Order: sequence, then structure tokens, then C-alpha cells
Amino acid sequence: MTDGFLGSLSPTLRGWLLGFAHETSFPSDIRIFDEGGEADRFWIVRTGLIALDVHVPARGPVVVETVGDGELLGWSWLFEPYQWHLGALTRTAVQAYEFDAPQVRAAMDEDPAAGLALFRAIGDQVIGRRLKSARTRLLDLYGPRAYESGPVR
Amino acid sequence: MTVIAPRVCVATVPVPYQVVECSAESADTATIAVEPVAAPLPAFAPGQFAMVYAFGVGDVPLSVCGIDGHRLTHTVRSVGATSGALRSLRPGTRVGVRGPFGTAWDLSSASGRDLVVVAGGIGLAPLRPLVHGALAAPERYGRVNVLIGARTPGDLLYTEELPRWRADTRTLVTVDRPDATWTGDVGVVTALLDRAAFDPSSSVAFVCGPEVMIRATARELVHRGVDPDRIRVSLERTMHCGTGHCGHCQLGPLLLCRDGPVVTWTHAQPLLSVREL
Repeated sequence: MTDGFLGSLSPTLRGWLLGFAHETSFPSDIRIFDEGGEADRFWIVRTGLIALDVHVPARGPVVVETVGDGELLGWSWLFEPYQWHLGALTRTAVQAYEFDAPQVRAAMDEDPAAGLALFRAIGDQVIGRRLKSARTRLLDLYGPRAYESGPVR
Repeated sequence: MTVIAPRVCVATVPVPYQVVECSAESADTATIAVEPVAAPLPAFAPGQFAMVYAFGVGDVPLSVCGIDGHRLTHTVRSVGATSGALRSLRPGTRVGVRGPFGTAWDLSSASGRDLVVVAGGIGLAPLRPLVHGALAAPERYGRVNVLIGARTPGDLLYTEELPRWRADTRTLVTVDRPDATWTGDVGVVTALLDRAAFDPSSSVAFVCGPEVMIRATARELVHRGVDPDRIRVSLERTMHCGTGHCGHCQLGPLLLCRDGPVVTWTHAQPLLSVREL
């Protein structure tokens, strides 16, 4: 198993970040946060699966992506207005490290080197990857006639 | 006087096979099993393909997704007249088959190593016999990972086999577009690499799917430390003759019907970065 988000950090930065963590757990089918809610916490998933969703009128919550073992749950806490862009609902029981977002933001301001390193890691490992993922899915690669090359026969 | 037995050139003359089984995988995809009516073709290996002829319509290249003695299994998605005709075949119908063509997955190269099998969409079909091979001799390999991406839950192939795969391997499945019944992963298949159990320095990867997905997956694997020589990908161009003569399947210096479809990422990567190819 690869080490996920924490594994992408240097040992020093990992230790620095985990200094703000406490362990938590959620049962299955529990809403951790709602779209538009205050993004005052974030999590690194140790085990479990969480669905990120958007409420669509007449369709209810539509799942746009899932977050699993080793991944960071939530980055809206990093940018004003600190409101969740998506909702998060557990699909299985989840164990995670939980972080107090204002505390981590303040620590990033106090230690700009660590703050920049964490910011870069979130940009690369989380925001960048999810942007690439979203763009790839826009291509609808598995859609009808998308896979075959050359003349259709 | 020496009597020379008539010899059929299996590369250019379709050999009659009969459909013995067919099952719908999804709205536009079916799996058909065929058996030889008379003399069988030479043995196929996982990763190779056959040219399957729907009489009166045409022939298309189909990877073998199951090999059981002389019985061959193919999964075909209806995207045109020929593939549509093949998808709709019923038991008892005769088809013509040429082959085996192309290079095979080299499962023996994974002996003693962790295995990472990554499939996108119908790209799972050519990888299925490879998974069967790994399941048949698990003691030969380290940890076996099967990562599958599909458009929707309804597009997933071989759903009846997945519970067994999950029991004996680390099989993870994700879809791009979930429906209300889907409780699994949602997202691109490369995201599953984070949860696969493998040591990049000693793993062998087998990848098949849309070319963009192959490129993204191979890049991720290399980024994690997998040797490009140990990443096998299955490429697709317009296979036609199957014998390296017509040139329809040319990819740079390769004729994929002969030199592929399975090649290492070391060979594929520079070719796939040239748009004109």
C-alpha cells in the first residue's frame, strides 16, 4: 500500500502536521459536512471510503468523487470564504486524523516554510490530482465509440 | 510417394468456429464463446487477438478474454455493423476466426513480483485471462492488484466473477458516473493506485484501456517508481490483416498486429507522445 497524502510529505513536514491531529472515527452513512457549510476542519483518511457530493434539485445528492485510504478530505478550509464546495458522506466506517483548520492556518502563517510546503503538497497531491481527474472524466473515455480507434466496423 | 496433407494458412484464411455460448455484459456489449467446427487454430495466449468474421458482414480484431482448451471467449462491444452483428450472435451460429495474432502478456515476468493490473472500460477483456492465470497460481506472485475503471456501474464487465477476484486479489473498482445503487468508488482508475498494495521497485504492471488512460496510468506508475520496462501496455490501432502486411496498424516503427498489441512502456511512451502517429 502506498502511503497516500502523508507519504508524499517529508518526514519533518509530516511530523509537523501530525502535531495538530487527533484521531477520530465515523460510522457508515454519516454526513461529515454539507455543501456550503463552514470549512473549519479537515481530515486525512486512514481507512474507509467517503463520497463527495453535490445537491442537485430533484436528484438529491449526486456523488462526484470518492475519497479513500490515505487521502486528504477537504481543502476548502485553505481558502476564503472557508466554506465547503461539496458535501461528504461516509460510505463505510471511517478512521481518520482530524485537524482544526484555523489552528493549522495560523501555524502555516507562523512558520511560512512549513506552510508553503504544505500548501504545495495540497496543490499537487490533492487539488491538482482532482483537477486532472475531473478533466479526464470530461473526456468520457469509456463512452460509446470513444475507445475504438480508426474506422468503426 | 509422400502425401502432403492439405494445410490451412490460419493467418489469412478464416477457420470455421461455432458460437457455443453468449451472454450480455451490458446494453451494447456481449461475451461470446466459440469452439472449432473442425481443426482448431493454434493455441492463443492472453493478450493476443483474433480476427473474427461475421459472415456476410466483415471481420474485426477481438482480444481473447478467455482461453479454455480450444474454446475461445471474446467480449465485443457494438460500435459498428460488424461488431454489432457479432454482439448479437446466438449459439449455433458459425463465424470465421483467424489467429492467433500479436504479442502476449508476459505473466512469467511477474513471477515473484507484485502484480498491478489496470483496466479501463472494455480494456478489461484482454486482461481477464491474465487475471485468471494469476488466480490459478497465486503462489508464483507477490501481491496481486486488479484496478478497474468503467463509465457507469452498468458498463462493468464480468460482474459475476468480481467477488472471486476480490476474495483472492486486491480488486478495486471505480466508475466515472455512479447511479443511485452504486456504493463503491467514483473517479478515475489512476486514483485507485493510491490504495493498491505493491512495491513499485519490484512490481510488474499490465495496463489496457483507452490510450489517454494508458498514458495517465503509466505516468503514475513511473512516478511511483515502477520501471518502464516492467509496465506492459496493450495498444490499439486499426488491425486489419493481422499479419503485418497491410500497414493499417502502423505506429511509428511498429506494426501493432505483429509487434504489438502488448509492448513495454519503454517502447510505447515515445511513440504515444507523437500526435501524428
